Amino acid sequence: MATVDLKDVKKVYAGGIEAVKGVSIAIPDKELCVLVGPSGCGKSTLLRMIAGLEAISSGTVSIDGKVVNEISPTDRDIAMVFQNYALYPHMKVYDNMAYGLRNRGTPKAEIDSRVRSTAKVLELDHLLDRRPRELSGGQRQRVAMGRAIVRNPKVFLFDEPLSNLDAKLRGQMRVEIKNLQRSLGVTSVYVTHDQLEAMTLADILVVMNAGLVEQMGAPLDIYEKPASTFVASFIGAPPMNLMALGRDGGQPHLADGAKLGVEPPAAATTLGFRPEDALVLPPDAKQGGFVLPAVVEAVEPVGAESFLHCAAAGSRILVRVSGRATAKPGDKLAVAANSDKIHWFDASGKRV
Amino acid sequence: MIGSSSTRTFIAHAVLLLGILIVAFPIYYTFVASTHTLQTILRPPLPLLPGGEFWNNYSEALTGGVNRIGGVGVDVLLLNTTVMALGIAVGKICISILSAYAIVFFRFPLRMVFFWLIFITLMLPVEVRILPTYKVMVDLGLIDTYAGLIVPLIASATATLLFRQFFMTIPGELVEAARVDGAGPWRFFFDILLPLSRTNIAALFVILFIYGWTQYLWPLLVTNHNDMNTIVIALRKMVSFADADTQWHLVMVTAMLAIVPPILVVVAMQRWFVRGLVESEK
Ligand SMILES: Nc1ncnc2c1ncn2[C@@H]1O[C@H](COP(=O)(O)OP(=O)(O)OP(=O)(O)O)[C@@H](O)[C@H]1O
Ligand SMILES: [Mg+2]
Repeated sequence: MATVDLKDVKKVYAGGIEAVKGVSIAIPDKELCVLVGPSGCGKSTLLRMIAGLEAISSGTVSIDGKVVNEISPTDRDIAMVFQNYALYPHMKVYDNMAYGLRNRGTPKAEIDSRVRSTAKVLELDHLLDRRPRELSGGQRQRVAMGRAIVRNPKVFLFDEPLSNLDAKLRGQMRVEIKNLQRSLGVTSVYVTHDQLEAMTLADILVVMNAGLVEQMGAPLDIYEKPASTFVASFIGAPPMNLMALGRDGGQPHLADGAKLGVEPPAAATTLGFRPEDALVLPPDAKQGGFVLPAVVEAVEPVGAESFLHCAAAGSRILVRVSGRATAKPGDKLAVAANSDKIHWFDASGKRV
Repeated sequence: MIGSSSTRTFIAHAVLLLGILIVAFPIYYTFVASTHTLQTILRPPLPLLPGGEFWNNYSEALTGGVNRIGGVGVDVLLLNTTVMALGIAVGKICISILSAYAIVFFRFPLRMVFFWLIFITLMLPVEVRILPTYKVMVDLGLIDTYAGLIVPLIASATATLLFRQFFMTIPGELVEAARVDGAGPWRFFFDILLPLSRTNIAALFVILFIYGWTQYLWPLLVTNHNDMNTIVIALRKMVSFADADTQWHLVMVTAMLAIVPPILVVVAMQRWFVRGLVESEK
């Protein structure tokens, strides 16, 4: 039961590297906040400041309304799941899970019952006597989760906990983490650079770039209304198609001079639409609105869907069609998008 | 297995046997000599088979005292040497593991200065600093004491560097996980670092025990009384320049007894070595 509040948190590493340049996030009780962003944007640094593993250069971090800047990780009542699990290699699974409780002077009988019930929830009960090296990657990941859960902390912190697992297991664990977090009702911060994980896990999604928050909100809101070209190309897979607009002579046009067919807002210099919002029409389709003649360059069938890489109006665009694609490389077609699915961005990359 | 053909096996075994022969024969011959009377030894050739004086020689050496070293029994020598070798090995390990712990896991002023100071002492073996060390021991009244034998040899830059190298391979995440789990510096040291270092400690223990056991120059200087001698010193004292003065049968017994404890240590620790090699921790 806890809220986590970050107020204008900054981190300057020795040597003057500004890793986090002023981040404010308020995470309500029981919610899962996902920090997502490209490598080096300061996600881990921010998480480690919440954990107390990294000193806070300025700003405040509060847990449950109490400023914890000067409180040691031990006393913040948090639990952390690390990317490489960081299990104690010489301890059995049981002791790995019990260690934190022992250090806090929990009575033996209580430790035993908590470890065993947590192990049961995570289906680790038959592995309690093994050492970490005798476990598979997925099992180690579970033990790392178990070690966090068993402590029953105020806050869970996850630093890319699934990045060492194969795709299938990652999908499975993603669902499991979400369910566990929800049923335990523990406020959590989760760092990832996988946008699928970010979208599916988050109650609050925070997109970071170069030490700053680019956008924060419910995942679907961010997906539908990306605040900048950075967010637009980072959230959603495959990323949004972005096309630059020219404006000489007052009339907006695309790179090759083609007319738009829709009226852009005055400040817009970039147009974007998602591959899944694109419609494929026959090349001679007579239709108003945003329609571009396009030539298919490559087809990627994935099974349930196919991606068409096309050249249109002087740029490359990606179009998603469901099921098996009938188009072949070299085919001519027209790509359209409904005007309410078109995003506009200004010269600084901000949404307009 | 590489090459299981019988010739290869034969050659492999022949080489191994030859090696064993070269290493083991002198030891065997010493043993043989330690079971004969002085007269037999002084009248070459020495027989290749053990004689019948085993009990006599060994009990004389162990309890009767040996004249040339002031009537001190080999049992006292063994005790002295064991105390010294254990003291040096354990002391060196304790001090070096703690120094390495401080240097790797703590940030304090002049940390690198201390590291380099330790590193530089590598270039100063006992022999170089022997006179000042001796003076200090005299001033402290530590001549003819176990402390005098052990303390000057107890610091070890080599072991500190070895532990440092090992500690630097411990992932930062593990250290942080322990901090989040509520382990303070001491708990981290005892619960995590020490168990992870145990194969290193075992290996170092063997090396340092034998190093301590075979010390010559320092014990020679710092002990005056015969009953504080180590076995290596005593062995040297027992051998006189005139052959006739030397009780060779007792020298051989003492030599045999001098090599037994190191062998025991190696054999006892061997299991740890092998385990450490086979199940490398991830
Ligand atoms: N101990 C440190 N000293 C100096 N600079 C650091 C330190 N740790 C991280 N940085 C720098 O701070 C920036 C942010 O690092 P951080 O580890 O938070 O990135 P990240 O978003 O977690 O990236 P990734 O997705 O690759 O894990 C990087 O530019 C990095 O080089
Ligand atoms: Mg990171």
